[in-house]
Amino acid sequence: MRLACLSLSVAASVLCTTVAADTFGDPVAGEVVFANCKACHKVGPEAGNGIGPHLNGLFGRAAAGLEGFRYSRSLQRAGSNGLEWHADTLDAFLEDPRGYASGTRMSFRGLKDQEERLDVIAYLRGFSADPANFPEADPTATATDHDIDPEILAIEGDAEYGEYLSSECTTCHRADGGDDGIPSIVLWPEQDFKIALQAYKNEQRSHPVMQMIARRLNDEEIAALAAYFGSLEN
Amino acid sequence: MTMNRRMFLGTTAAASAVLSAPSVLADGHAKPRVVVIGGGAGGATAARYIAKDSEGAIDVTLIEPSKAYYTCFFSNLYLGGFKDIEDIGHSYGGLAATGVNVIHDWAVGVDRDTKTVTLAGGDTVAYDKLILSPGIDFVEGAVEGWDISAQNAMPHAFKAGSQTELLKAQLMAMPEGGTFAMVAPPNPYRCPPGPYERVSMVAHYLKANNPTAKILIADPKPSFSKQGLFEEGWNTYYAGMIDRIGPDFGGANVSVDPAAMTLSIDGEVTNVDVCNVIPAMKAGRIAELAGVTDGNWAPVNAADMSTKADPDVYVLGDSAQQGDMPKSGFSANSQAKVCANAVRGALTGSRVFPAKFANTCWSLIATDDGVKVGATYEATDEKIAKVDGFVSTTGESAEIRKATYEESEGWYTGITSDMFGNAV
Ligand SMILES: Cc1cc2nc3c(=O)[nH]c(=O)nc-3n(C[C@H](O)[C@H](O)[C@H](O)COP(=O)(O)OP(=O)(O)OC[C@H]3O[C@@H](n4cnc5c(N)ncnc54)[C@H](O)[C@@H]3O)c2cc1C
Repeated sequence: MRLACLSLSVAASVLCTTVAADTFGDPVAGEVVFANCKACHKVGPEAGNGIGPHLNGLFGRAAAGLEGFRYSRSLQRAGSNGLEWHADTLDAFLEDPRGYASGTRMSFRGLKDQEERLDVIAYLRGFSADPANFPEADPTATATDHDIDPEILAIEGDAEYGEYLSSECTTCHRADGGDDGIPSIVLWPEQDFKIALQAYKNEQRSHPVMQMIARRLNDEEIAALAAYFGSLEN
Repeated sequence: MTMNRRMFLGTTAAASAVLSAPSVLADGHAKPRVVVIGGGAGGATAARYIAKDSEGAIDVTLIEPSKAYYTCFFSNLYLGGFKDIEDIGHSYGGLAATGVNVIHDWAVGVDRDTKTVTLAGGDTVAYDKLILSPGIDFVEGAVEGWDISAQNAMPHAFKAGSQTELLKAQLMAMPEGGTFAMVAPPNPYRCPPGPYERVSMVAHYLKANNPTAKILIADPKPSFSKQGLFEEGWNTYYAGMIDRIGPDFGGANVSVDPAAMTLSIDGEVTNVDVCNVIPAMKAGRIAELAGVTDGNWAPVNAADMSTKADPDVYVLGDSAQQGDMPKSGFSANSQAKVCANAVRGALTGSRVFPAKFANTCWSLIATDDGVKVGATYEATDEKIAKVDGFVSTTGESAEIRKATYEESEGWYTGITSDMFGNAV
């Protein structure tokens, strides 16, 4: 199905139901849409994995296909069942991430606007080695570039204390990484976790519950939580 | 032995360990035993955390009569048609899989001298540490004309399950233009915004199905939780439908006649079609039987939720008199984790960390219009004391309100998995 759809899309614009085949997204507009994704996904020359996997060479990559990134079981299963990322699969995934892969830890409600999806997919295409075969595609998130004192970020956390403290988080954030309206926080890189909580604490990020919770965590406690959530088994 | 009267979900080996003759910790060969009475927000969480974190070093037994726990939280959303009854029902399979011995029976007595709990089935279960989280019971004679035998004619629906289904059936059967009455409870009671979220959900149902119907609230309290937010919503969505009579107009001077289906407020008698009587509350009766209550509630020490009466008996959730936390599922769950950490430390020497508590209560006013109130708390020598808090504001954007509702759905899944683990 996918292949048929894609090959047709290159030649003519018929019969493709998932993505209107002749519509090619605008990569420049896509870069703007990508701001939604940036907190978790990096792309470009220096890009590495963060909360989410980096998105270089995404096209043609098997789902859960990057070595060294701890994917949800749901995406691992999809990958071993043959799911590959291409314009059409990305389009479907991005429209409704959890509808497409129910256990994904990607805490993003999706891009309902098809044009935005096409644009961001087009933007990402530019970071795949051989974009020639691929039409358009898109992704997820929000920026983490807050100014946090590096000394605070360098604190080593006590994971056992973090485990105790985490029980306060798991009243809302599911320990298994699921998300039904409250984002997943498991298996984040420790630095990202610390930055996020510090940013709530300093009110650089706005959410009344999270600001309240973070305000009374000291720097060691934030580090402890980061250490614990970063160390969970998948 | 009346094995047939009970159901064990734990493994046979684990269950028989619990049934073995009472032994004391000092024996050296027996594992320490924790018994939890009540498998709700507080008890299920405490049992699960102690079993999970002690990794088999502690025998944990949970005593709970029901095989299915229906959460009070979100039960109002069921009344409003936003949830099905199955959505709010949970079984104990996940706890059994975590190694908790689940005994489906009532605890009918606690002997604190011999450290045993007696079950309705006749057996006794020995404990080293006992945790009570039995929720609430109603104060007898609190509403003139109503007692528990009237709960079918005039349901409280403040313990979820068949009572909630009954109230919904009565709501649906109301005649066109009929009256839904609520007798609201005095403080303190479980879920401060609960009665008012219920009014919102009943109004939501009536607006769509019986728009000329009226809601009459008799309220003994001069003010209530999130009042500004609720009243703003009632004016926006349900203008002219809801009439609340506070104490200044006799809302505290109420009697009911369940046979005649009348409600009298300050001597004025009204015929009503549904009468939701929510009487004054007190600790679950087993707390009283255990002798750890003082007045209506069980006073506890904030640092670990142990009772003032007995350092080996702990009380969680609604039954506890702890200080500033509202009686909510979130609070019970938060207290359970502090208690679990302390109990495990006392029995196995594991690390004990300082108590931290939190609560957030979401309420739904209308479709996609959610509000919330929350606070954090710490343990002081006298009580659980509030540190910090927030509340939604009137006039918030529709987007914020929608996001708040969606967040409450995430919370519901989160807290129920945190209480029951993942069912197998
Ligand atoms: C309409 C309504 C809406 C609510 N909404 C919310 C909300 O949105 N958010 C929120 O956080 N809270 C909410 N609550 C409050 C919440 O349900 C309670 O605060 C919470 O359930 C208290 O937990 P608990 O462990 O003390 O008692 P419960 O959860 O009631 O558990 C008590 C358990 O003990 C068992 N039990 C009692 N006696 C015995 C005995 N003798 N032997 C064995 N077992 C026994 C009972 O069967 C029951 O399962 C709401 C309540 C109501 C009524």
